[in-house]
Amino acid sequence: MLNISGIAASAGIAIAKAFRLEHPDYTVTQQTVKNAEAEIAKLDDALAKSQVELERIKENTLKELGAQKAEIFESHLLILNDPELISPVKDMIVNDQVNADYALNETSKQFVSMFENMKSAYLQERAADMKDVTKRILGHLLGLNVQNPAEISEEVIVIAEDLTPSDTAQLNRKYVKGFTTNIGGRTSHSAIMARSLEIPAIVGTKNVLEQVQPGDLVIVDGLEGNVIVNPSEEVVAEYREKQAKYDEQRAEWRKLREEPTVTTDGVHVELAANIGTPNDVAGVLDNGGEGVGLYRTEFLYMGRDKLPSEDVQYNAYKTVLEKMEGKPVVVRTLDIGGDKELPYLELPKEMNPFLGFRAVRLCLDRTDIFRTQLRALLRASVHGDLRIMFPMIATLVEFRQAKALLEEERENLKNEGVAVAENIQLGIMVEIPSTAVLADQFAKEVDFFSIGTNDLIQYTMAADRMNERVSYLYQPYNPSILRLVDMVIKAAHKEGKWAGMCGEMAGDSVAIPLLLGLGLDEFSMSATSILPARSQISKLSRADMQELAAKALECATAEEVVALVEAIQV
Amino acid sequence: MEKTFKIVDEDGIHARPATALVNTANKFKSTESFAEANGKRVTLKSILGVLSLGLEKGSTLTLITQGEEEAEALKALEDVMVGEGLGEVNA
Repeated sequence: MLNISGIAASAGIAIAKAFRLEHPDYTVTQQTVKNAEAEIAKLDDALAKSQVELERIKENTLKELGAQKAEIFESHLLILNDPELISPVKDMIVNDQVNADYALNETSKQFVSMFENMKSAYLQERAADMKDVTKRILGHLLGLNVQNPAEISEEVIVIAEDLTPSDTAQLNRKYVKGFTTNIGGRTSHSAIMARSLEIPAIVGTKNVLEQVQPGDLVIVDGLEGNVIVNPSEEVVAEYREKQAKYDEQRAEWRKLREEPTVTTDGVHVELAANIGTPNDVAGVLDNGGEGVGLYRTEFLYMGRDKLPSEDVQYNAYKTVLEKMEGKPVVVRTLDIGGDKELPYLELPKEMNPFLGFRAVRLCLDRTDIFRTQLRALLRASVHGDLRIMFPMIATLVEFRQAKALLEEERENLKNEGVAVAENIQLGIMVEIPSTAVLADQFAKEVDFFSIGTNDLIQYTMAADRMNERVSYLYQPYNPSILRLVDMVIKAAHKEGKWAGMCGEMAGDSVAIPLLLGLGLDEFSMSATSILPARSQISKLSRADMQELAAKALECATAEEVVALVEAIQV
Repeated sequence: MEKTFKIVDEDGIHARPATALVNTANKFKSTESFAEANGKRVTLKSILGVLSLGLEKGSTLTLITQGEEEAEALKALEDVMVGEGLGEVNA
């Protein structure tokens, strides 16, 4: 038995025999060819065969995945018949006296590099389509034995280096139970396809193809990101049970996708998602998210060598707002510094990064950076329901300073004739105990609170959450934490404001009954937690949870709180 | 005949509308259709040609038809441009 870990790209569990999908060697060599006509006939024959194949793939995709996913093959068919591609290839065969595969490969390379050098990211990606079509024609020209995934006719797990768009389109859901690849990440093409096909997949294993033989029994655990090769009978039985449980639960959860989140006594709460990039929005909607409760803007600043421009930021914010179609989107302004480094800012190393120069502290000092972000946000505000929140607020003065900068930029934009939404809600993250304790004063000036539990817990318990030796102090259910949360929610409600939570705790099944009882209005979590949370909340009564929460606030230890919650969940 | 458009689609001309333009141009066998932008002219019967123009939002694109059915072809292409939300006729 062998355990290989990778990136869980699509949830679920699959157990089946391995099918290695290998791509043959497409290397071409230049040869001198005297009989150009015969070479052109070979090319025409390969084009005709490719045409038949693509028509079939297009039909299959249309049937299995719908018109939108089939469009790409319509484009492939046009490339196959494109006079700008085919004429130069034929000219080259005649003029340079070369073999068809060489002429095709050379011509195709020019288009690939043309696309790769385009300004638009979208057009750059078209290089992959060009390569895909070229390989298809080359396969026929070289007489390669290209495996056709469409011809799989028994239940399998597909194992591959990577899967191209045409590979994934040909996977027959009836037989392909899951797949796993050497390369790729959560947003690579194969991962996205796996999620829309709803088959479990693990990508980015680095070497699964080298470690699995055809016919090996393979378990793909898309929940944990594990591939198990030749498991024992006990392990298979264990996973069959896990699989049945998951499938049953998923069916129940899917029914809740379009439903609001309502308790048995008719109280509605909002379930939102935490995101890092515009690409994450699809997952939010797919999981029935009622909004974005935390858009972490750090990713815009990371993995590059200079600050992102106002326009780059504007486009990202606008994309998220538009895709959310009017549902609320809470954007957290830059939370960088300390342990999250931006090398190009050249910030000095600190002894205590979590207690140091970070987030709003940095932004209030480097107002050039902050103003650029605020302007981008204000400009994007007309595209949806934008809400802005500042992270790491410790004093009311910090909030007032940040708000003043926002108002200044709003005026500047107005004077420049740029449209800005009138009613942008402005809130803060509550993650520092001083702010939680003084929440009644903050509530008079902010529009909302979002409790960041990961930091609130580490600051309250004085325990570094990166340090394993003190990890026992990470106690979300400690009554001290619950009392702080209670203070924040009560303070918000007293002023007619709302209180949300965007830490791990918001999606935690033990915490949810307590938070519901404390009166939390918005729960923001990872997208995949939304449906399970909705299912749980729909079985609870707010009145009962209020009683539970009141008891929990009077407990002495976290263990007592957990015991209380477990008692009602039997 | 020719007509000039301003690209209004956020993504410029991407694969789906480009496919629709080429398919439409191909319907008129006796008419040659071209697209011209940034001083470059390509045949509208080539999707690679159309994509190679690298059109972005705000770009100006001129469609040109020559041949027996040039009026019908130009009208059909305009319908695709406007219908797909790709561009608007430049006044």
